[in-house]
Amino acid sequence: MSPEVKPDFLISPEGLRVDGRRTDEMRPTELKVGVLKQADGSASIRQGKTYIIAGVYGPRELHPRHLTLNDRAYLRVTYRMATFSVPDRKRPAPSRREKEISMVIANALRPVLFLEEFPKAVVDVFITVIQADGGTRCAAINAASLALADAGIPMRSLVPAVAVGMADGKLLVDLGDEEDKYGQGDVPMAIVPQTGEITLLQQDGSFTKEELVEAMQMGINSCKYLHELQKEALKRAYVKRSDDDDDDDDDYDDDLETDLGEAELMEDE
Amino acid sequence: MAVYFQKREVVVPGQLLAEGRYRASFGTYDDDGKIFSSMVGLAELRGNTVKVVALEGAYIPKEGDLVIGVIDVVAGNNWKVDIGGPYGASLHANNALRRPYSDDISEYMDIGDAISAEIIAFDRNSGPFLGMKGRGLRVLTDGMILNVSPAKIPRIIGRRGSMINMINDHLKIQTIVGQNGRIWIRAPNTEILRLAIKAFRTIEEQAHTSKLTDRISSMLVEELEMIEPSVDQEPEEIEKASEPEPEAELEPEPEPEPEPESKPDSEPEPEPEPEPEPAPDVEEVEAEKEKEIEEPKEEVSEE
Repeated sequence: MSPEVKPDFLISPEGLRVDGRRTDEMRPTELKVGVLKQADGSASIRQGKTYIIAGVYGPRELHPRHLTLNDRAYLRVTYRMATFSVPDRKRPAPSRREKEISMVIANALRPVLFLEEFPKAVVDVFITVIQADGGTRCAAINAASLALADAGIPMRSLVPAVAVGMADGKLLVDLGDEEDKYGQGDVPMAIVPQTGEITLLQQDGSFTKEELVEAMQMGINSCKYLHELQKEALKRAYVKRSDDDDDDDDDYDDDLETDLGEAELMEDE
Repeated sequence: MAVYFQKREVVVPGQLLAEGRYRASFGTYDDDGKIFSSMVGLAELRGNTVKVVALEGAYIPKEGDLVIGVIDVVAGNNWKVDIGGPYGASLHANNALRRPYSDDISEYMDIGDAISAEIIAFDRNSGPFLGMKGRGLRVLTDGMILNVSPAKIPRIIGRRGSMINMINDHLKIQTIVGQNGRIWIRAPNTEILRLAIKAFRTIEEQAHTSKLTDRISSMLVEELEMIEPSVDQEPEEIEKASEPEPEAELEPEPEPEPEPESKPDSEPEPEPEPEPEPAPDVEEVEAEKEKEIEEPKEEVSEE
C-alpha cells in the first residue's frame, strides 16, 4: 500500500505535495452518517485513503458498575485499527498507542457533550480504522462527533479535527501517510467552531513558536471547512430519509407540526 | 430578536437558532442570550420557546410516563423492571398490589412478565420508580410487544392521540403505547396484527414527514379491503383458534422482537405449582383496579 522507501521529495519544485495537493489543501473528504444498522448512531469518513467507521451506543447502562459517575454519563471511546489497516499486519491486541488515542479522542469530544443529562449511564463510541493513511486520530474525531449527533446525544457542537504538519520546511494541512512518516513534525488539533476552543492539541517534531502559531491558524481554517462538510453530511442523511417517500415535503401548512412531541399519554381502547 | 430557522427545518448540533428574548427548551441550549440546537432534529418555535424535536435518542424516563416493562428481578418486596434505555426501574409491591399481599411477591408477577406501568418518580439521584395503580396499568398476559424508537412515540400517538386512535378504530385492535418505545398490541388475527405492525413501522420511518395520519389512514383502508374477505368468511374460527394460544401464532411473523411476547403467558404457568392456576394470581394483582380492568376485558370478548 504505502511505499517502503522515502519519496525523493515531499514538496516538488513546483511547490506541490507528493499527491499533488497544495500546502493548504485537504484531501478529498467524504462523510457519511447512519452507515451501521445496529448502532444507535454511526458515521464513516474517507479522507484520502484513510477510511474509518465510528459507531455510538447509548446512553445505556454502564458495566462494569464501578466506573459509574454519579453526576454524568461516562464517555467510553474505543479506537481500534483493523489488522489489515496498515502495510504490516497490525496485531489485534489493543496497543499502547490505541489506548492513548482512545483517551485523546474522548478528551476531545467530552467538552461538547451534555453528559450531565444522563447520570450513571455510559455513552460508548467504537471507532474502527479500516484503512490507515495518516491522520487517523483526526478523522476518527470527525466521524465520532457525527456518530454522536446521529445517536441523538445532546451536544454543544460538532467537533472538526485536522492534522497540520511540516515537511521540507513548509507547513502542510491534513498530512498523508508519507508526510507524517518522513516530515519534520505533526500537530493534530480539534476545535469547537462556535467558540474557537481547542479540545485537542498535540505535537511531535519541533516547531518554532511562529511556525506553531501559523500551523494552528491553518488548522483552524481547515477545521472550519470540515465543520461545513460535517453539517452538510448530517443534514443530508436526515433530509434524504424524509425525501425518500415524501412527495409533499414542502407542504407545511397542515397542523402536523404541532403534532410532534406534544402528545399526551395515551392508553388503550 | 431574531429567529434563524424555518419551521420544521432539520437542524444540527451547534446551529444558531435564535437570538434575543427566546427561551431554550428541549434539544437546545442557551449561551449568553443565543439559542443553539443541541441535537439533530426539527426546529420549532412555539410562542417564544424554541425547541428541537429529536429524531433519535434513548428513552429517558419522565415522571408520569406510561411505559411497558419486562420484569428482570424479583427482589424481596420489589421488582426490577427493564424499561429500555440506560435506567432500570424498580416497582415496589406497595405501588402495585393491594395489601395484604403474600410475602412471596413472585406469585403475582414473575421474571419475564410484561407490564404496563407509570413512572411515579425519577430524578438524578434515585432511579425511576414505577407504579401500577391506575387505569389500564396491569400485567400484559396476551398480545405482543413491538419495539420502536422512543423518539418516534409522540408521532405514533399523534396530537391528542389522533394517530393511535385512528389506527385502533380502523383495525379494531387494542394497544398500549409506552413512552419507552414499546407498543403492546392485541389483534383479533394475524393479518390485522401484521398490518398494525406495518403501520407502526411506516410511522417510525416517516416520522418527520407531513400529512402522515392521512397517508397511514388510506394505507390501512386499502390493505384492510384486501384482507377483509378472509376475515369475513371465517372470523369466528380464527378468533377461537387464536384465543387460547395467541403467541403460538404471533411468534413467527413479527420480524424484530420475539422475546417479550412469548413470556407473559408461558412463564407463569410452570412456576407457581402449589397454587391451582396462574390466572387467579394475575387477577389478584388486578383486583384493586377491577372496575377499570373489567372494561377492556369485556370489549375483547365482544370483538
